[in-house]
Amino acid sequence: MIFEYAPAPESRSVVSLRETYDLFVDGEFTPASSGEYLTSLNPADEEKLAQVAVAGEADVDRAVAAARRAQETVWGRMSGAERGKYLFRIARIIQERSRELAVLETLDNGKPIKETRDVDLPLVAAHFFYYAGWADKLAHAGFGPDPRPLGVAAQVIPWNFPLLMLAWKIAPALATGNTVVLKPAETTPLTALVFAEICQEADLPPGVVNILTGAGETGRALVEHPGTDKVAFTGSTEVGRRIARAVAGTDKRLTLELGGKGANIVYDDAAIDQAVEGVVTGIFFNQGHVCCAGSRLLVQESIAAEFLPRLRARIEKLRLGDPLDKNTDIGAINSAAQLERVRALTDTADEEGVERWSPACDLPERGYWFAPTVLTGVGQSHRVAREEIFGPVLSVLTFRTPEEAVAKANNTAYGLSAGVWTEKGSRMLWTAERLRAGVIWSNTFNKFDPTSPFGGYKESGYGREGGRHGLEAYLG
Amino acid sequence: MAERRESKKKGAAKGPARDGATTEARSAAPTAPARLAVKKTYKLYLGGAFPRSESGRSYPVTSADGTHLANASLASRKDARDSVALARKAFGGWSGRTAYNRGQILYRVAEVMEGRHGQFADQLVAARGLTRAEADRIVSAAVDRWVYYAGWTDKFAQVIGGSNPVSGPYYNHSAPEPTGVVVVFAPQTAPLLGLTSVLAPVIATGNTAVVVASEAAPLPAVDLAEVLATSDVPGGVVNLLTGGVGELGPHLAAHADVNALDLAGTGDLATGFEETAATTLTRVLRPGPEADGGEDAWLDTDPGTTRMTPFLETKTVWHPVGV
Repeated sequence: MIFEYAPAPESRSVVSLRETYDLFVDGEFTPASSGEYLTSLNPADEEKLAQVAVAGEADVDRAVAAARRAQETVWGRMSGAERGKYLFRIARIIQERSRELAVLETLDNGKPIKETRDVDLPLVAAHFFYYAGWADKLAHAGFGPDPRPLGVAAQVIPWNFPLLMLAWKIAPALATGNTVVLKPAETTPLTALVFAEICQEADLPPGVVNILTGAGETGRALVEHPGTDKVAFTGSTEVGRRIARAVAGTDKRLTLELGGKGANIVYDDAAIDQAVEGVVTGIFFNQGHVCCAGSRLLVQESIAAEFLPRLRARIEKLRLGDPLDKNTDIGAINSAAQLERVRALTDTADEEGVERWSPACDLPERGYWFAPTVLTGVGQSHRVAREEIFGPVLSVLTFRTPEEAVAKANNTAYGLSAGVWTEKGSRMLWTAERLRAGVIWSNTFNKFDPTSPFGGYKESGYGREGGRHGLEAYLG
Repeated sequence: MAERRESKKKGAAKGPARDGATTEARSAAPTAPARLAVKKTYKLYLGGAFPRSESGRSYPVTSADGTHLANASLASRKDARDSVALARKAFGGWSGRTAYNRGQILYRVAEVMEGRHGQFADQLVAARGLTRAEADRIVSAAVDRWVYYAGWTDKFAQVIGGSNPVSGPYYNHSAPEPTGVVVVFAPQTAPLLGLTSVLAPVIATGNTAVVVASEAAPLPAVDLAEVLATSDVPGGVVNLLTGGVGELGPHLAAHADVNALDLAGTGDLATGFEETAATTLTRVLRPGPEADGGEDAWLDTDPGTTRMTPFLETKTVWHPVGV
């Protein structure tokens, strides 16, 4: 029996977009000195959403100076309790405006409304709420009796979880008495600009939060600016290397949250239905635009023949289409450039003789779309097993023994996440102990929480975000 | 010394006193001590063995006042690569030991070092021109530093890690793990206490190490390697290179199988090594204010977790709770 779904779109009316957005510096929206703008599109239909200013070096100077002034005259001197109250206030406004922000995020990013509404926004508010409570308790955090803020933090975030990554950066920085200059991603700047309005609404002192929009050049100018004390970056490993090199020899502190090629290990005793569900969530959540995605499925050889057909059957049920539809599971790829990268890397699978499968699935005519894809017969040396695709593409490998599973899972330059599926507790712990990755999800996947430290081993970066550990990056 | 005094007596009984001979007597006939001291060949310490450099090279080491003390091995690029491979090989076993066992072994290092107190003090008097009393104080502090970190092995995980009260039905905890192979550039002007202060936290936390000893004063490091070799520290957990920081450093900083660098002894080369390390996102601990301050700069008896956390990763594990 086939159930047809009627369209169930979330209303766009909660969002009122301005035609152009300027930079948010020292508490005010001001045009970029270059007068340049870039256009932010809706990746689901390629419609123009708004124009946003492109910040240059002069604007970075101005923002860093404003942040320094605010840090030294207001924010750094304020009692932790008062700082915390500003953050609580921001958390509350985010909760109040969460539907608006969720719809706007879906429009700008292309991810399904059920994710922005049920995952991104609740986590954003929770993150501010969590760190708000730390602001007056830093002496108890284990970083000495009188931990001090570093000063001004330069923060650059990606497009996959625009507002959530903003929260991960700004909340701990502000709680610890630092001020920030943040650059949102080129393709997803809009929720950060609404966040700037929220800072105004919360009466946050001018200069404590500065938002500079733009593309790669803006980001480079910001992370290389000599006037900051801290650089925090989430994005590609390639850019992370460049930043680490730029920061070398300075007194700046650096945290990097970079790429991943997470392994999802399914043992022969796993609860199959749950594991299928977890593998699907692991790779298709947010169209696979997740640094910690479970992009390599390692399934024990003895159950592969049973597991893979059930996985395919589940994938056939995924609904791809209008991101604003409440029933949509898979939304749009974020940009034309990203779609091209996903296509190019997945095409190497064909060249290397890997078997490729996608469900029968109509792609919308406009916008950027990529059908969920499963690659089987993948070897460890294939590019699709080594390189981060950052799209809805799952590479399947098999193993015979637990030792082999661990060796294959760890056979990567990355080390961000991994999954383990088994009903046997001792085997789960044995495996988790040996996986060289910062987050291990056992019998679950892609779970996040403000209290739970997140970050990678090896070339997935350094430092942790979230929890008590997340404070360390912003305290001297 | 006792032996040499004894032979002096024998010589006096049998004929003209050799050691007490006048300048004229010496110039008249070449003399030799009754017993020639046996000098040590200072070698590398790799994988639990003491080989010479594969390059066959050595370099002269002099005392603080310029007297020749010994020839140390001049390690090569290949020695550096070998040492990384040996450290990697030892990592699984060492990090897999119980924290209690690592603590026992580090305490054993302190015990064995205490027994060689005089030897280390002699080295410091020669290498750094310290008075005997100063040297004794530094050696005691170094022994105590091993005791300090022996005690940390089974405590830092509780201090740094913990359970996370996530908003949902999940068990969630975070625990520190060693980052892997750490290259330790030992402080140049603190060849014993400085070296101990940077090395002990690295291995206490379960990492394995490649140490580049103080270039000008490498002999205390080789003596320390002999202590490690006789203290149940498994071979490969600490690998010691003597030689040029400028020669070895670039290869170690660029090595893809090195997880972290402690740049304490790199001086002006630190920035270049940090830039090189960026290519593989190798963790870097920059030189601090104590790096060039001599042995006295390392006397703080309670450095806390500051030299451990840079070489630790945090692993967070989730599991659903349910029936």
